[in-house]
Amino acid sequence: MPKLTVDGIEVDVPPGSTVLQACEAAGAEIPRFCYHERLSIAGNCRMCLVEVKPGPPKPQASCALPAADNQEVFTDSEMVKKARHGVMEFLLINHPLDCPICDQGGECDLQDQAMGYGHHSSRYTENKRAVEDKHMGPLIQTIMTRCIHCTRCVRFSTEVAGVTEMGLLGRGETAEITTYLEKALASELSGNVIDLCPVGALTSKPYAFVSRPWELKKTETIDVMDAVGSNIRVDTRGSEVLRVLPRLHDDVNEEWISDKARFACDGLKRQRLDRPYLRRDGKLVPVSWPEAFSTVAEQMKALSGEAMAAIAGDLCDAESMFALKQLMTSVGSANIDCRQDGAKLDASVRASYLFNASIAGVEDADAILLVGTNPRWEAPVLNARIRKRWLEGGLTVAMVGTPADLTYKVETLGAGAQTLREIADGSHSFAEVLKSAKKPMVILGMGALVREDGAAVLAMARSIAEGCGMIQEASEDSDAWNGFSVLHTAASRVAGLDMGFVPGAEGKGVAGIVAGAGSGEIKFVYLLGADEIDMSGLGKAFVVYQGHHGDAGAHRADVVLPGAAYTEKDGIYVNTEGRAQLALQASFPPGEAREDWKVLRALSEAVGKALAYDSATALRTALVAAHGSFGAIDQVEPASWGAFGTAGETSDAPFGQVIENFYMTDSISRCSAVMAECTETFVTAKAERTGTEE
Amino acid sequence: MSGHAFAENQPDSFSFTSENEAKADGLIAKYPAGRQASAVIPLLDLAQRQHDNWLPRVAIEAVAKKLDMAPIRVLEVVTFYTMFNLKPVGKYFLQACTTTPCWLRGSDEMMKCIKDKLGLDNHGASEDGMFSLLEVECLGGCVNAPILQVNDDFYEDMDYDATAELLEALKQGKPPPVGSMKGRNMSESSAGATSLTSLRETEAAYVPRPPKPAAEAPAEAPRDGGDS
Repeated sequence: MPKLTVDGIEVDVPPGSTVLQACEAAGAEIPRFCYHERLSIAGNCRMCLVEVKPGPPKPQASCALPAADNQEVFTDSEMVKKARHGVMEFLLINHPLDCPICDQGGECDLQDQAMGYGHHSSRYTENKRAVEDKHMGPLIQTIMTRCIHCTRCVRFSTEVAGVTEMGLLGRGETAEITTYLEKALASELSGNVIDLCPVGALTSKPYAFVSRPWELKKTETIDVMDAVGSNIRVDTRGSEVLRVLPRLHDDVNEEWISDKARFACDGLKRQRLDRPYLRRDGKLVPVSWPEAFSTVAEQMKALSGEAMAAIAGDLCDAESMFALKQLMTSVGSANIDCRQDGAKLDASVRASYLFNASIAGVEDADAILLVGTNPRWEAPVLNARIRKRWLEGGLTVAMVGTPADLTYKVETLGAGAQTLREIADGSHSFAEVLKSAKKPMVILGMGALVREDGAAVLAMARSIAEGCGMIQEASEDSDAWNGFSVLHTAASRVAGLDMGFVPGAEGKGVAGIVAGAGSGEIKFVYLLGADEIDMSGLGKAFVVYQGHHGDAGAHRADVVLPGAAYTEKDGIYVNTEGRAQLALQASFPPGEAREDWKVLRALSEAVGKALAYDSATALRTALVAAHGSFGAIDQVEPASWGAFGTAGETSDAPFGQVIENFYMTDSISRCSAVMAECTETFVTAKAERTGTEE
Repeated sequence: MSGHAFAENQPDSFSFTSENEAKADGLIAKYPAGRQASAVIPLLDLAQRQHDNWLPRVAIEAVAKKLDMAPIRVLEVVTFYTMFNLKPVGKYFLQACTTTPCWLRGSDEMMKCIKDKLGLDNHGASEDGMFSLLEVECLGGCVNAPILQVNDDFYEDMDYDATAELLEALKQGKPPPVGSMKGRNMSESSAGATSLTSLRETEAAYVPRPPKPAAEAPAEAPRDGGDS
């Protein structure tokens, strides 16, 4: 523990800390551009200069200087002030003073720090250098003349995103940041370089010239584009969501978000359901709320519970699912399901469907077996976490499923259940790797669970977890560890399973509901934002679609009830590790659309089975009373282990990929023009490549 | 990519000759396993020497592949060093030092002569492909400033007339002996040695300039593969 003084304040810092970190520990603010705590140290901006004794009689870059015992650091001396002024003056020699037309204006590190350390005017009369802008794809706008060569973007793309495509060409005055051959930056995390860029060199292309930061209302909420539950900040002006930025949460998304979470928000403006619709003569016609409700109520009252069913979609908040479940229960229907993709998970043992190791726990793992999952597409931020762990060394990753480039070394053991069986019975050599590992993990993806034999695969994964020592009780020298981790793809899934939004006794699951609707056994289907099921299979059933986008569900529906998207309502989402997080309303639903729980509450009254809550608070209280885990906001309760899965025959078919196109996975991203452009750039173009390329 | 753009006319493929391939493997073997990327500079040099003194895109990608590096990382190295050429250069690639000592000693005269005789400005190339000019920073031969480097060879003590003489000789394909154009020995005083004269006849301090056959043009002389 080096002990040093910073401006006369004594601090102890962990070994390996830098002087900059010591200064922060002492409460001294150090200006910086190139230093970023989640990236490697570059030490090239020189803004963080401090005076250190003992040492040479000149200012030193604190970000790259190890903290040592008995150092005396001065962050406010004359020498330091003069040095920082000098650095700032140098940085501004070639930086254009185009703040009025720069998108970074108002949230620019250079602008802010120039206020603190800059001169009132420039002493240079020479021409500034100009740099050609680079093409970096549909998401990143470049104005390279503004670049100050901090290389954060280069380090991020290489280290965190795992795509070595950006670099700094040339040197000195000719230095330029670019991608190789100016290709689009092919990473699902590329948008983060926009946040990292301390100046306006890399800015958001879809957000270009849209707004100034001080005009925006900022709402801290939760992302629903995958099951990670990334913490985001939604910036709105009026009712319009203009952009989405990541928020810091070390245990979930650190400070990154995927491009889909960041850029799909323009989908919130298109194809919205803004008023109730009723199908008349084969066409959806706009109607009033009371008319829509009475039509639905009429249908529901005429039917018995067994003839009705409800399916919850992937983006639903817990409250609306809970309300729908209670409504269905009150009309005597057990045909409810939240597993649109037909994943063979059941709700009885909580540990069977959670990412038990926790997302932060990935950093402790030393052997990971990926089963039927491509975390790079299904949970990019989690994939970055695995890569981070892999870069530290001492991690073995293997996969059973469709081979993919995950940005780290992965050994492909096999494609399907047969290989999994071999690992489970110990005949596969990788079983030994798992057994000898201290904290082994199996990450079970939907690709392995949505099949007919999903329950058998789940049972095999359980036996691997048990047989390879993944379930460890807490002992004196180590904490408890549960390496059995299910990686969901739907933001609503864990909440749905937690509240038992699954078929009750004698109830039908998704497949049964669709088949029943096709055969006429089920006459009424309520789709709560469910767009991913086979609509053509619903036969002649009366379909009610409650949701926010005119996607597959609304096209099939007989009645459309407009609901709210994730940015337009308060709601609880439970991420794949079982962390309940509260999403907050950033804007209002369009037109006559209402928050989903309110729609269900109003409908219940029309049906004559009024739900017992009149406010969101009362609903949440009822939810927590019924299922306590929803009350523990932002906490992960370790789930107790139990028996689950059903041993049985498995097919030889390889585990499929559940996500073919990362950029379009749900009704919001399918409506996004930006995501469509990304699909064209990164997915279609790749698929069209001929076999002559490598 | 203003200053770092690839040449317009790019060859379709590049591969090391078998001789250079063996040299490359030897260079990589100098570094510990997994540190093969350390050999990037000598390999690029090897590739450049094999390919008329410039690096096409395919050569950069070939080096990247051989060293298991991302092409952008290799391109960063290529663009960092002025010694690597991304565009074709003349048969006689003139690198003129104009850093302070050379400038004080009259590098402007040398540059003016090149402009007069060949019509070349910095980064220029003659149409017949014989000459191209690059202004470079210190070549480390300040004692005999100014320096004009022709391919791998230093011509020293340049002035207007010496430059004209050198360029004319190069045009004839008869490069003069490398070293001082004023005939002084190494970096000795132009008036001859003034100290340690007693050692002259006896010791190795005096190394006579090796006579260089005029026929051997530096550009065509076999170049060492950077193994030194």
